[in-house]
Amino acid sequence: MFDRLPTPYGLVRHGVAPDHQKIKAVTRGFAETAADPRFRFYGNVEFGADLTLCDLQRLYHQVLFATGAQSERRMGIPGEDLCRSYPATEFVAWYNGHPDYRDLAFDLSAETAAIVGVGNVAIDVARILCLSPQELRRTDMAPYAVEALTQSRVRDVYLLGRRGPAQAAFTNPELKEIGELAQADVVVHPAEVQLDPLSMEELARSGDRLLARKVDLLQTYAARPPAGRARRLHLRFLVSPVALLDDGRGGVGGLRLARNRLARSVAGTIVAEATGELETLMAGVVFRSVGYRGVALPGVPFDERWGVILNERGRVLDPETEKPVVGEYAAGWVKRGPSGVIGTNKPDALETVAEMAADAAAGRVLSPADPSRAALDALLAASRVRPVSYADWQHLDALEAAAGERAGSPRVKFTSREEMFRALGRQ
Amino acid sequence: MKLEVVLAARGPRVLTIDAAASIRVAVARLAEHNIGALVVVDAAGHPIGILSERDVIRALAAGEDALALTVGDLMTSPVIAATPADDAEAVLQTMTTNHFRHVPIVDHGVLVGIVTIGDLVRAQLIEVRGEVVTLETRLMDA
Ligand SMILES: Cc1cc2nc3c(=O)[nH]c(=O)nc-3n(C[C@H](O)[C@H](O)[C@H](O)COP(=O)(O)OP(=O)(O)OC[C@H]3O[C@@H](n4cnc5c(N)ncnc54)[C@H](O)[C@@H]3O)c2cc1C
Ligand SMILES: NC(=O)c1ccc[n+]([C@@H]2O[C@H](COP(=O)([O-])OP(=O)(O)OC[C@H]3O[C@@H](n4cnc5c(N)ncnc54)[C@H](OP(=O)(O)O)[C@@H]3O)[C@@H](O)[C@H]2O)c1
Repeated sequence: MFDRLPTPYGLVRHGVAPDHQKIKAVTRGFAETAADPRFRFYGNVEFGADLTLCDLQRLYHQVLFATGAQSERRMGIPGEDLCRSYPATEFVAWYNGHPDYRDLAFDLSAETAAIVGVGNVAIDVARILCLSPQELRRTDMAPYAVEALTQSRVRDVYLLGRRGPAQAAFTNPELKEIGELAQADVVVHPAEVQLDPLSMEELARSGDRLLARKVDLLQTYAARPPAGRARRLHLRFLVSPVALLDDGRGGVGGLRLARNRLARSVAGTIVAEATGELETLMAGVVFRSVGYRGVALPGVPFDERWGVILNERGRVLDPETEKPVVGEYAAGWVKRGPSGVIGTNKPDALETVAEMAADAAAGRVLSPADPSRAALDALLAASRVRPVSYADWQHLDALEAAAGERAGSPRVKFTSREEMFRALGRQ
Repeated sequence: MKLEVVLAARGPRVLTIDAAASIRVAVARLAEHNIGALVVVDAAGHPIGILSERDVIRALAAGEDALALTVGDLMTSPVIAATPADDAEAVLQTMTTNHFRHVPIVDHGVLVGIVTIGDLVRAQLIEVRGEVVTLETRLMDA
């Protein structure tokens, strides 16, 4: 297993919110696999830069890509690239100490922040903006980010959903959690969480109790008088940003929002439709949380339309013939797109693995010239790659946990490759 | 879950046919590719109908000389198309209510794919199993 970062675990380390440690514990389940003598981890080895497809074809019978979605989806509206308009993807990677994002700076000097989108990532960002310094210090957030967020002047955080409450992508535990924030009141417009006839009909038809609970919770928030907490987290629905407004100095000053009503698409989905009414929301910083997007890997067929590796149930396809490419597979977000929780990746990967097993049984595999560990090690040694082994990671992990113990947090992360190599005595 | 998630791991294959083509040609194509429906497109590639194996069987059962007819004679038109942004669950509901098993996917006027009931069920199974995995992990943790 190769990862371009020295550390394993992808978004579990650099995506999952730092105040959600319980979820991160899922990595413990990996120990057994890692201990298998047939398994080896090579951190700090990037596919496409340190290793090419040709290299892998000379070393392995099968290759699986699980590189996730390394970029962001664009909104495609004017003003999207003004200063202080940030993709949530970058903010999240930054506060989680991703080595490639640690040097970014986020200007949090405005009092009002807007977050576009109402998925779980948007909720994460909103919640993080509303935590107190004490709460932040109890997480494994990168220390520089705790420092910056402690200085934050943001008091009002707006979450903007283009459809209604019954179509919001966030899940119930996350919605419940923001209602329990010590330092922020949740503010909801009663009129915006009143169900429209279409959503009501949908709810009745589906009998979806989780959805009913979600709507219920939102209506409870709408009826709740604010408790005068230091910050306010506003949940808005039925509004689409159509432009970010320039403050006259190249920075975000606000958002032009189009008010929506709900309609049904021909295929049955409840969709947003502009009413023609516009409103302006003054906000000095914007986080665009409208989804992630996969990036192409050198030499691997890519489907630009969906932002994934071109595949059928995990088998990589040749774009010309649309037939499977021998020995190449995909799983996770780079296979199906940036959707689903950690658990979703297991059945998703099982589907791919079933294809791999079937191909292996049928002898449809690559014919590597030298499928030995020695050949791989020789290849890496010949380039200037400094691979990090699983044992190295366990050492870093223990150091991070020990530093956390001293600081009263779950762990203090290494956030640069240099720090990590120094800690490993390999500088 | 949006249809784009279903389409992403489905492969690009969507087979089309001209309304003027004969049913004989259409049947051969269905058999060759082992599929249940063809999207009928106009000269510009826009979907104007759909021809499913059921349309053919129905005609045969009615005693028609189906193989001598054209695709245009037997296709269902207009066709209900979805977009990649449609919710998988809503589309599944629409398909069940209207008793059809294939939906062409159109993005800004361009035919970009097709989903079958089977594709939707597969994607939903993965989602549901994923939720079970999540719950199991939480339980083991507790
Ligand atoms: C902000 C955020 C919060 C989330 N919170 C939760 C949560 O609380 N609970 C939950 O269940 N799910 C959560 N999720 C969803 C969950 O993180 C994903 O479902 C899951 O991580 C996807 O797994 P993946 O393996 O496809 O991608 P990733 O986890 O992104 O892993 C991809 C890996 O590939 C590596 N890589 C990329 N390119 C290369 C290359 N060229 N060469 C070598 N290596 C490469 C990356 O470094 C990374 O380690 C969250 C997602 C996000 C974005
Ligand atoms: N705690 C957790 O379990 C957790 C935490 C974080 C992430 N995750 C998972 O990770 C996945 C990715 O999360 P995500 O939040 O990035 O994606 P998501 O769940 O797909 O949410 C994206 C949000 O952006 C909105 N949106 C998209 N384009 C828009 C536009 N142009 N204008 C306005 N709004 C727009 C969507 O609205 P529409 O619905 O109207 O398109 C939706 O509200 C999800 O499956 C999520 O559940 C889980």
